[in-house]
Amino acid sequence: MDTLIAWILRAIPFGTIIMYGAMGEIITEKSGNLNLGVPGIMYLGGFAGFASAYLYENSVANPNMVFCAALAIVCAFLAAMAGGLIYSFLTISLRANQNVTGLALTTFGMGVANFFGVYILNGSTASQSLVYKTFQTKIPVLSGLGVPGQILFGYGFMVYAAIVLAIVLHVFLNRTRTGLNLRAIGENPATADADGISVTRYKYLATCLGAGISGLGGLYYVLDYNQGIWATTGQIEALGWLAVALVIFTTWKPLNAIWGSYLFGTLYWLYQFLPTLMGFSVPGYVTDLIQMVPYVVTIIVLVVTSLRKKRENQPPASLGLAYFREER
Amino acid sequence: MGESKKTVREPLFRIVKRDGISMTAKVIIRVVAVLLALIADALFIYFVTGLNPLDVYKVMFQGTFSTSMRFMWAMRDLASLLLIGIALAPAFKMRFWNVGAEGQVLMGALATAAVMVYYGGKVPNALLYIAMLVASLFAGALWGFIPGWFRARFSTNETLFTLMMNYVAIQIVACCVNIWRGQASGLGKLNMKTKAGWFPQIMGHRFMINLIVVLVLVFAMYAYLRYSKHGYEIAVVGESENTARYAGINVGKVIIRTMIISGALCGLTGFLIVGGRDQTISTNTAGGDGFTAIIVAWLAKFNTFYMALISFLLIFLSKGAAEIASAYNLNDFASDIIAGMILFFILGSEFFINYRIHRKHSSKEVR
Amino acid sequence: MQNAIELRHITKTFGRVVANHDVSLDVRRGEILSVLGENGSGKTTLMNMIAGIYYPDSGEIYVNGQLAEIRSPKDAYALGIGMVHQHFKLIDVFTACENIALVLDKREKYDLKAIRKKAQAICEKYAFDIDLDQKVYEMSVSQKQTLEIIKMLYRGAEILILDEPTAVLTPQETEKLFAVMRNMRADGKSILIITHKLHEVLSISDRVAILRKGEYAGTVETQGATEAMLTELMVGKKVELNIERPEPINPHLRLSVHNLSVTNAEGVRVLDQLSFEVFSGEILGIAGISGNGQKELLEAIAGLQATEPHSSVVYYPDDDRDSTAEQLIGKNPKAIRDMGVHLSFVPEDRLGMGLVGSMDMVDNMMLKSYGAGHSPIADRKAPRHLAEEIREELAVVTPSIHTPVSRLSGGNVQKVLVGREIAASPSVLMTAYAVRGLDINTSYTIYHLLNEQKKRGVAIIYVGEDLDVLIDLCDRILVLCGGRNNGIVDGRKTTKEEVGLLMTRLQNKGGVA
Repeated sequence: MDTLIAWILRAIPFGTIIMYGAMGEIITEKSGNLNLGVPGIMYLGGFAGFASAYLYENSVANPNMVFCAALAIVCAFLAAMAGGLIYSFLTISLRANQNVTGLALTTFGMGVANFFGVYILNGSTASQSLVYKTFQTKIPVLSGLGVPGQILFGYGFMVYAAIVLAIVLHVFLNRTRTGLNLRAIGENPATADADGISVTRYKYLATCLGAGISGLGGLYYVLDYNQGIWATTGQIEALGWLAVALVIFTTWKPLNAIWGSYLFGTLYWLYQFLPTLMGFSVPGYVTDLIQMVPYVVTIIVLVVTSLRKKRENQPPASLGLAYFREER
Repeated sequence: MGESKKTVREPLFRIVKRDGISMTAKVIIRVVAVLLALIADALFIYFVTGLNPLDVYKVMFQGTFSTSMRFMWAMRDLASLLLIGIALAPAFKMRFWNVGAEGQVLMGALATAAVMVYYGGKVPNALLYIAMLVASLFAGALWGFIPGWFRARFSTNETLFTLMMNYVAIQIVACCVNIWRGQASGLGKLNMKTKAGWFPQIMGHRFMINLIVVLVLVFAMYAYLRYSKHGYEIAVVGESENTARYAGINVGKVIIRTMIISGALCGLTGFLIVGGRDQTISTNTAGGDGFTAIIVAWLAKFNTFYMALISFLLIFLSKGAAEIASAYNLNDFASDIIAGMILFFILGSEFFINYRIHRKHSSKEVR
Repeated sequence: MQNAIELRHITKTFGRVVANHDVSLDVRRGEILSVLGENGSGKTTLMNMIAGIYYPDSGEIYVNGQLAEIRSPKDAYALGIGMVHQHFKLIDVFTACENIALVLDKREKYDLKAIRKKAQAICEKYAFDIDLDQKVYEMSVSQKQTLEIIKMLYRGAEILILDEPTAVLTPQETEKLFAVMRNMRADGKSILIITHKLHEVLSISDRVAILRKGEYAGTVETQGATEAMLTELMVGKKVELNIERPEPINPHLRLSVHNLSVTNAEGVRVLDQLSFEVFSGEILGIAGISGNGQKELLEAIAGLQATEPHSSVVYYPDDDRDSTAEQLIGKNPKAIRDMGVHLSFVPEDRLGMGLVGSMDMVDNMMLKSYGAGHSPIADRKAPRHLAEEIREELAVVTPSIHTPVSRLSGGNVQKVLVGREIAASPSVLMTAYAVRGLDINTSYTIYHLLNEQKKRGVAIIYVGEDLDVLIDLCDRILVLCGGRNNGIVDGRKTTKEEVGLLMTRLQNKGGVA
């Protein structure tokens, strides 16, 4: 039982990281842009969030932690948006290939985060921002109500913010004019253009805001999930790709991202908790194989959706294509 | 009256698709892009470190050219990157987004290493080499075949499928390395004592075979795509599957065959890396080259000779960045930034090759 | 009275192609103006500039007397201009209402219920018949067109541009559309309609503006105009209107189609137990409203389309040769070719199926023959000769045989495709909309080529859309309706009315004529 609870307590925060990444990418892809720069963007967001919090803490005598958290969020969002802006400029204005631009952005984002990260680390292998305590503050009173309280209310505020954001995005896409216009662009930009919707502006905004949201995933990873520790690792990259996979898994619907991400979290931590739960121990090399499961599940989902061919579950029809009004 | 005050303004500029462009113009645009990128990188270096960019570039140049040894090392790394680019060329020409090169290389490397671990010293060396080669080709081909088959059969999105296959491969490699190292902290070089399966030294370098293979393949792949019937089929399928079916080409067969070739060549890269360069394996054996090669193959528009040029540029940059890092006490992630910026500029420059910007001159009355 | 639109000296080029050159014309308020011109005369480009899709290289547009700057469709809406494009600009996965919501004015509240109500009112005012909650991918072509017009009216369009609206409609639907257009005119709206059907021009419009090769050729009042006069204005010189039709020589059975049924991806039965025969030395026309199974029929015969059980297409070789009949169903194009059946096929989608746009003429020549021989190297010598030959004989205008075919004009692309298919010395030749988008001279070249093949004893299946051509060119005409054989008529005796009726009204017998 304890194992199961521990598993859930691990799976939900893990899921939250990729949920932010995936929600940002859903908005981006709804505009017809397939941004494979998600890992780089999450790096940018994670690093900017960490760096701003760390620098603020170390330069002020009595840092205000709420302000510090807000500062980190804003910085993470802006840095990630800058990544999205580079991608947008190249793919929308200059019509560069989306896949290749995305991959280059991943390299770039990783490079920027780790290069400047070294300056902050200043010789040590890892450093910690204390703002993680603010991020990890559980809901008072409710989280103390036994096991259900722990499972439902025992997380930092960004876990709940992610759920709220998923609902907001759902309403935005399905109940507002802007959402309708955005979906129209992803389906058929020529039509949206003829209807007087500014395709370029929507694509820019969706891609940049989407990148900002994805960047929050990186922020959450560093300042909450990883206890505010910045270290030079490749971990965020793998998370970024998992977020891209989650987008497919949700069939481009933000609400599905909620349970989909938790499922991914559960699968990811399978290797640690399942053996204990079943009461046997496994050698190290087997855990390596169990860690493969989320990726295999994604592949299976990918295959299954391609078999079902349901009209409403297909990717946005213009995904991956540049739009040029005067193309003949 | 209010309406007429509204100023009538023409768009500042309009974009017109080009109808083809001369070779010279293409070259100039690309060279300008690279130069602009170097200037941007210089500004970046200056603002971050306060160093004189020209000095920095000089040091960078030394990264590849200061000694013949360094040059050979650069060539060695270029061989791996270029080989993966060559392996990707047929898949990309077919518009099959094989972003799974990293995993395919790893599987090839793993198969090679497995043969070395289990048969090293037990069979004659010649036989061992052949077994390593065959195993690597097979393993890479398998990793290309799986997504290829699903794409051909169910049109499963290959970009995401191959991407996921990378991580499956990484975990399998991690697992095997874990088994082979036993209680040791790391795997170390395989067959350290017997050197079984290590490539022989030619002119003092074990990786000389890698260079020879890549040189041959640059020409062979160019010819395969340009002159062979397979190459023609790949081009037709890439342009339009409808046309291919109309022409009587078995699209599924071509997709699967091409992915087997692409995967097998990635596997071969793994074989060359393990046998000729590392003599060991880790999850980092491909080291991200599988992703970088995608950019190389795309920018070169599947022309293997351009690929060689672009690979060289990227290797030069990363070697240079490493050199700066040690000379000025920076870190070599700078190479990712510099490479990323250069890629952005080259990607952006494609626009000026395909499109023309039409500037509007004001005052319409003058006609 | 002030003009609704005045165009002054409009010029627009695409690369090296001049689409419009120095065009000036006026549209009055409350009139229906036909814009007439051959395919490629620049009608659509000109209209697109009024609608803000393209921006002119030079020249001015005045709307209601004011110099207007139409940089985007949005600007056009603001000026009360709306355009219904030939390829509908609708979002398939949205409902009709959601599609209308896309053109909502900024100041209007986003409220699907209110939108629905307002749209319903428009439908009632002009007598449109449509279900506003239906998804577009479930709609018929005419319903989609109706939706497009409602969208424009909803947005308050006073000037409506219709780009070849009747091309996809049945005669009955066309009449309905014209009635609606007259209602709108009575309401004071100006309507521009692009078409190249002369009788429609005469029946619907007040005036006709004519474009010729991208230039303005004049405007005439419809009253007092005749078809001959308009044709002359349109093409600029007198053209031979009669198409040659030699008598079939010694016809014998070449292809027997029996019980052919095809169900498409959406589960709709697009061909339903179709049976007919094709003879050597004849041209069998296939008439029907587009989307009635023409594409599937040809593709099924060519081995590109999965068919239902019991479908059969039997090929009979020349009777003097002692060979057996061959079943084509269940075989792919290569298998059919390997059996020695010379089946040539000019598909509707020239650059998307018949040719590879990015390849040059040489590489396109070898599309079907590259596999010959055992060498792994593709032979390019023979294709090069063939390319040279076709370029010369069919007068293909291209800088070189090494220019990508996508850079050629539509007519030249078609010459390359037809040339290759004929060079394969076929025994069956199928063409789908072989002259669509071609100028009159190229069209006649194509008719001539087909007749040449006919005289050689080739069995030709000609899928067409222009009834006049079908009736003048074909020996027999099979009319498809709802994927069924709705009757086969004699091209020499039939009338347009007869064919038109067969196209729209399914006969009871539903079998072989």
